Amino acid sequence: MQPNHRSRRILLPVKMWFVYTTLFIALFLNYIPTGHLPAVPDFVALVLAFWCVREPVKIGIGTGFLFGLLTDVGVGAALGQHAFAYVLLAYAANELSRRVLWFTPVEQALHVLPLLFISQALMVLVRLLAGAEFPGWWMFFGSFVAAALWIPLHYVLLLPQYQPVERDENRPI
Amino acid sequence: MVGHSPPPFFKRGPAPLAKLVFFLVLSLALLVSDLNLRYLEAFRKGLSVLAYPLQMAAATPADFVRNASNYFASLVRLQIENKELKNRQLQGGERLLRLELIEQENRRLRALLEARERQPVKSVVAEIMYTAKDPFSRKVILDKGTQAGIEAGQAVVDDLGVIGQITRVFPMQSELTLLTDRDQAIPVMIVRNGLRAVLFGAGNGLMELRYLAANADVQAGDKVVTSGLDGVFLAGLPVATVAKVERDQARTFAGIPCLPAAGVEQYGQVLVLGHREALPPRPPEPEVINKGKGRRARAARD
Repeated sequence: MQPNHRSRRILLPVKMWFVYTTLFIALFLNYIPTGHLPAVPDFVALVLAFWCVREPVKIGIGTGFLFGLLTDVGVGAALGQHAFAYVLLAYAANELSRRVLWFTPVEQALHVLPLLFISQALMVLVRLLAGAEFPGWWMFFGSFVAAALWIPLHYVLLLPQYQPVERDENRPI
Repeated sequence: MVGHSPPPFFKRGPAPLAKLVFFLVLSLALLVSDLNLRYLEAFRKGLSVLAYPLQMAAATPADFVRNASNYFASLVRLQIENKELKNRQLQGGERLLRLELIEQENRRLRALLEARERQPVKSVVAEIMYTAKDPFSRKVILDKGTQAGIEAGQAVVDDLGVIGQITRVFPMQSELTLLTDRDQAIPVMIVRNGLRAVLFGAGNGLMELRYLAANADVQAGDKVVTSGLDGVFLAGLPVATVAKVERDQARTFAGIPCLPAAGVEQYGQVLVLGHREALPPRPPEPEVINKGKGRRARAARD
């Protein structure tokens, strides 16, 4: 594994407990009662998208569904609402993984932005069809903030996988 | 081997697209059954056991901010507030004294009339902790739950009138759906003429009297109180004031937006009213006289 496919640096394999810990930390951040404050990013969606892009074999739709249900219960939303959005997001992130990893973090963020935005928009659409009131356009700012957070997140979440650089003059790579 | 596809090198379970469709259908099914059929409360309770500790931990920063802002409230403001409260209590006290007299009188009169006595309602004081995060509805979280004896369906009032109804209860918290929520309705009557109606949340911080005829006797400024017909809310609690009346001859019903009487969108202390005693059962339906016409009459006969 490399930070991205162009990098020459080799990463350590990911530890699954670390993946789930970060997802639960994101869940914790989602549970913080910010009320109807505008532009609060959906942390679980962001971290889930990150691991779906990084580890498409290990993290995918099932994880998205589970954490979607947990988000629904915690924030008092209709059951299955976030699960719906996260399942779509996880699928799209898994499928795009091989392409996205060729890019630098900033370009990756630009790839992830439409995924976050579309999954959120579909969630709103489903709720509106079910007869809820429209929450206002400000809630979509969250996706943009989340996409901007991708760049620092990219370094923080990969930190445990970096190994010290050992230069061996005799080794070819 | 001819005609067989080669075995896969890596086992990855079912195809991603199949998984996607499966989970999408599952979550849509959950959504529909949660919103329309309300079958999933037990399932939600099970999941909330997992989510609850995290939720409590996440509420701590909000608590801290709330308490800190209280702590740093200036002395002058507190003194002003104290004075106001004392004034209000004095005014209220005088009315309360008269109320006790009237209550006694009422009890005696009811005894004379052999009417059933109105039972006093037990109530719990609770505090609004924060707004629920779901942007599609108007709900707030109270700091008392099952342990304080709160049950789903109880009415919640503040010092000015009704603000909503408890919809979900957790061990230490409960979820209060405000009257302005789109799914909330409350049976009311107009004080001036006793006209019965149903008040619905409009979703934008207002409420709406629906299903009143275009020529109904409603005026702007009319006070609206609970009618108590639902057996949940006590009769006579102030709910709203009629903001204006739009009479459009093209439509069957008048459009009547109302302003909530209580501080529905504010924070602070609220009172959770206990359950009312059950209303007397409905009188039995009169016997259907069958003239044998139509499918409905036949169905009623069978």
